[in-house]
Amino acid sequence: MLEIKDLKVSIEDKEILKGINLSVKAGEVHAIMGPNGSGKSTLASALAGRDYFNITNGKILYEGKDLTELSPEDRAREGIFLGFQYPVEIPGVSMVNFLRTAINSMRKYREQDPLPAGEFLKLMREKKKIVEIDSDLTNRSVNEGFSGGEKKKNEIFQMALLEPKLAILDETDSGLDIDALRIVSNGVNKLRSPENATIIITHYQRLLDYIVPDVVHVLYKGRIVKSGDKSLARELEEHGYDWIKQEVDAND
Amino acid sequence: MTDQEKILNEVTGSDYKFGFQTDIDTETIPKGLNEEVVRIISAKKEEPEWLTESRLKAFRHWQTMKMPEWAHLKIPEIQYQDIIYYAAPKQGAKYENMDEVDPELLDTFNRLGIPLEEQKQLAGVAVDAVMDSVSVKTTFQDTLADKGIIFCSFSEAVKNHPDLIKKYMGSVVPYTDNYFAALNSAVFSDGSFCYIPKGVRCPMELSTYFRINAANTGQFERTLIVAEDDSYVSYLEGCTAPMRDENQLHAAIVEIVAMENAEVKYSTVQNWYPGDKNGIGGIFNFVTKRGICKGDNSKISWTQVETGSAVTWKYPSCILRGENSVGEFYSVAVTNNYQQADTGTKMIHIGKNTRSTIISKGISAGKSQNSYRGLVKVLKGAKNARNYSQCDSLLLGDKCGAHTFPYLEVDNPSAVVEHEATTSKIGEDQIFYCNQRGIDTENAISLIVNGYAKEVLNKLPMEFAVEAQKLLAITLEGSVG
Repeated sequence: MLEIKDLKVSIEDKEILKGINLSVKAGEVHAIMGPNGSGKSTLASALAGRDYFNITNGKILYEGKDLTELSPEDRAREGIFLGFQYPVEIPGVSMVNFLRTAINSMRKYREQDPLPAGEFLKLMREKKKIVEIDSDLTNRSVNEGFSGGEKKKNEIFQMALLEPKLAILDETDSGLDIDALRIVSNGVNKLRSPENATIIITHYQRLLDYIVPDVVHVLYKGRIVKSGDKSLARELEEHGYDWIKQEVDAND
Repeated sequence: MTDQEKILNEVTGSDYKFGFQTDIDTETIPKGLNEEVVRIISAKKEEPEWLTESRLKAFRHWQTMKMPEWAHLKIPEIQYQDIIYYAAPKQGAKYENMDEVDPELLDTFNRLGIPLEEQKQLAGVAVDAVMDSVSVKTTFQDTLADKGIIFCSFSEAVKNHPDLIKKYMGSVVPYTDNYFAALNSAVFSDGSFCYIPKGVRCPMELSTYFRINAANTGQFERTLIVAEDDSYVSYLEGCTAPMRDENQLHAAIVEIVAMENAEVKYSTVQNWYPGDKNGIGGIFNFVTKRGICKGDNSKISWTQVETGSAVTWKYPSCILRGENSVGEFYSVAVTNNYQQADTGTKMIHIGKNTRSTIISKGISAGKSQNSYRGLVKVLKGAKNARNYSQCDSLLLGDKCGAHTFPYLEVDNPSAVVEHEATTSKIGEDQIFYCNQRGIDTENAISLIVNGYAKEVLNKLPMEFAVEAQKLLAITLEGSVG
């Protein structure tokens, strides 16, 4: 589904990603872990098409298409979803209005008619259950005055509603208490299917107790320095990142 | 240029939808302004002597005045002698019967979304349609008359209700008030008059639609609304003009009188031609709007959505004389390209326990300049007066300007006056968040701007709120830079 080949990304003149190779197939869950500043969020943003990055080398192929040629909105319409680390507030715009605009933009791209209001509301009700979201939340303005946990739940709720093929969850677990973590993870697990794939970006292993990944990658200094199965995550939890850092730095 | 800039440019670069001109026989008088012209206008309208004299007095006073220069506006010198002060679609008198109306004229108002045939009307809205200097048709007059409500053109009111006009005209905005008020009082052409008798709740929205059509003309209309004790009316004004390279002058006066327990809601959707992308042409909009809460417990509420005009100079105000009276001002002012707006309000607290609320949302794009200017004045006797002001500015791009000029004069120690102001740039993060959910940048901006202005748009009558939302989006088309 996703093929990243020798991807190099800079912000201004600073190279953040220094040659990423990653292959994600439908039905898989990949976890990308790494210490702070290793480039995890840059990778997520580059996949979603944030424009302040320069892609200086390499390719991102998504379902065989060159992703870098698509605008951020077209990437979203092609089924890429980014769960934001810091979801943005949009005052005065209700969640209902926001999501209806989003869904209908996507439907238009696929040459479908807009979803009638009644059906849309029904769909919202269904999806709200997945993340145990308050019905009141969707009448409020987008993320405005939401608690940290509500914001993250809201991201997964949007994911449920938009049914992406490839979901990239950027530090979705950060700032969550244990109940919210359980709810968010359950949501992600319920949405897993053989047709879609998920990339989970996280600093901590604890999320991976709830969402079991097929592959774990360690990102350090802009490169994937180690990949393995879920046991790699546990190893990192026990020993920290230092042993990997030492290994990599010794080879530099 | 970033993508966002490109799209801002596209969003604000869209064309003015109402820029067509109607090809209709128009009767005009020669350009220029002098006592003779003032007399001609008065004679054309077959006005009584007292009104002619009142016009002349205003004209003489105007000649002693200078154009105000305190506003944050750059305006080329206006050549008052090059303007035509009276233009009317031929066929003279007002149409009694739809069959007599020139089809071109009907078509014009249809294209503007203001059908004049009553069966096609928006349910529950009576319209007075004014083209250039005259009112061409007022709908639903009979329905309203059953309740004792008078809703007619200003000229008709002068003929049929001279006592009311004599009593109230100039009582809120005297001709000495300011330069443009003096000019209007001398050469005003037409407008609407509306009288709600005691205890009557007006059953429908009243609305005046102003259209400038003829070239080289100025439009100077007057609106007068009188709400007697315990009455209620909601009034809406809309305006458009053809696209032309030269600037056209519009200087109007609106006066509102609210007696005891009366409530008047006045909403404006101002969409005069704003000029082109390079700042050529457009309407100079100098308007004096003021209401007086004369009776106790009365309320006047101004809501305005200002998207048009090359220059806007406008401060709808409330004089809160009655005890416990309430003044409100809700405004969204959008400027794009080279538009300039200096707009706001004045709340004059005279009576005890008077309250006022000011919510102003400025949105600037392109190379435009957008200023809020507001005065809150609490007089000595206004015990326990309250004011809350909130002035927000939203900037799209980095070539536009937003300015806030709040003035506070408080002469009573028991008054509570609050002022909040914010300035923000439309966030790239917000736009990207929308993009990531499949919403393109143009729609994202429209969504964000409408969200920003929602508090004010919610105050508009329903039918017009939807129109206003669309208008905001159109005005900002091509503006993300």
